[in-house]
Amino acid sequence: MESLLAYGFLQRALLAGLSIAVACAVLGLFLILRRDAMIGHGLSHVAFAGVALGLFLNVMPLAAALAVSAVAAVGMMKLKDRAGLHGDTAIGILSSVGMAVGILLATMARGFNVELMAYLFGDILAIDPLEVALTAGLAAAVLLLVSINYAKLLFMTFDRESARVSGVRVARLDALLMMLTAVTVVLGMRVVGILLVAALIVIPAAAGLQVAARFKTAVAVSTSAALLSVALGLLLALELDIPASAAIVILCSIMFGLAAMGKKVRSRRSRRA
Amino acid sequence: MDLIGVRGVSFSYGGPAVLADIDLVIRDGDFLALIGPNGSGKTTLVKIVLGLLEPSRGSVEIMGRPIGEFRDWSLVGYVPQKATHVDPLFPASVEEVVAMALMSNTKAWKASGRGEIRRALRRVGMEDLRRSPIGRLSGGQQQRIFIARALVTSPRILFLDEPTTGVDAETQTSFYDLLDLLNEEEGITIVLVTHDIGIVNKHVSQVACLNQRLVYHGSHADFCRSEVFRDMVTRGDHLIAHEH
Repeated sequence: MESLLAYGFLQRALLAGLSIAVACAVLGLFLILRRDAMIGHGLSHVAFAGVALGLFLNVMPLAAALAVSAVAAVGMMKLKDRAGLHGDTAIGILSSVGMAVGILLATMARGFNVELMAYLFGDILAIDPLEVALTAGLAAAVLLLVSINYAKLLFMTFDRESARVSGVRVARLDALLMMLTAVTVVLGMRVVGILLVAALIVIPAAAGLQVAARFKTAVAVSTSAALLSVALGLLLALELDIPASAAIVILCSIMFGLAAMGKKVRSRRSRRA
Repeated sequence: MDLIGVRGVSFSYGGPAVLADIDLVIRDGDFLALIGPNGSGKTTLVKIVLGLLEPSRGSVEIMGRPIGEFRDWSLVGYVPQKATHVDPLFPASVEEVVAMALMSNTKAWKASGRGEIRRALRRVGMEDLRRSPIGRLSGGQQQRIFIARALVTSPRILFLDEPTTGVDAETQTSFYDLLDLLNEEEGITIVLVTHDIGIVNKHVSQVACLNQRLVYHGSHADFCRSEVFRDMVTRGDHLIAHEH
């Protein structure tokens, strides 16, 4: 283990993976409770269009994906508010358009190559120092901004109307949450890939919600599940020579299963008592 | 002193008018029942007064200021209609629910602090349940917690929209006794949206009756002698008339 950790690529992978795990775990709780769990999924498809655009224009795919996802995040909000669409219809529309544009651009750029596959399926072991710095910075920003706005975000998530009456600027917080999610999705696609990044947002948070009676406990459980999944997933990937992204997501699902079982056992005990 | 001034307010959701030309003044210390049949615009009017909806015509003043310029929302408490439909899986303790309102308002949070949360829970008789998950409480208990949340910022006026829907009769009685206490002993102005005439008879001092237009506004005693009241009881109008 110690000898493994001496490798620079593994240190970078761990730092990036653990950072994105924290950001996903915290944001995921708010998104699920707002009934916006599929936003991560939608934005990841849009991020694919961004990566393809980057490859097409020959600019850094991560930067292009960041720009496109940020615009799409605002677009989803506006579409939901102004077009009077039901539930996650706006996400469905933008994610499909994102995927279609992505396929078109990637084909035109003759870009269906190793680099694109690395974005689709994640390549955490090949992550570079700049991406690590960006990911760690993002996690710090998510924690800071969520801490500053914690009570307002919680109030808005629990009872949007009463929060508005209390003077909480819900539109501003919606935008903040969407932007943080967009950036998290883009940076997370280097860790687990476009196809699986939504899982890192939804599954650990869902595990936290299975067992927690208080919001802060849910944050702690969700974060722990995400951190454990990433750390163990990386080690398993190295030991068994399997894709790290798949290992991480499968471990997340196991954590969720354990949390669900824990909840069942606890409710059975309390019924008996 | 006038706390709320509604002047010439009309509103529609894009179709026929829901409210037409409403003028209503709510004074400091009032315990006002806003009554009317289903679909009469009661909830819409409250939402306009709280700034959640914008009127298509007319204006609203809160504590002497046009609603757009009013900033001190900690002085306005609100218990919404859906408060009895809490997501049972939402991971929040009673204390966390009450803290949301206080901590969201930096000015009120700095002025009072965590002690105010327990005081608000004590006022509604729920201090012992402060660590309980909100989703595991009964409808009546949840309703008290939402009142505590509305009270925690020390409001001067409290709006309650059909607060006892789905709550049993015994709990309703103790709930309205609590409102009496808040109004009479603590001087909090209360606006209660209801279609329960029984409540109107027992607790309130003022009645405003809405049916797209304001068909009555005055004291409770005069309301009971009015033709509006007789008509409503005769027609039924989806109003519940009973003694508590």
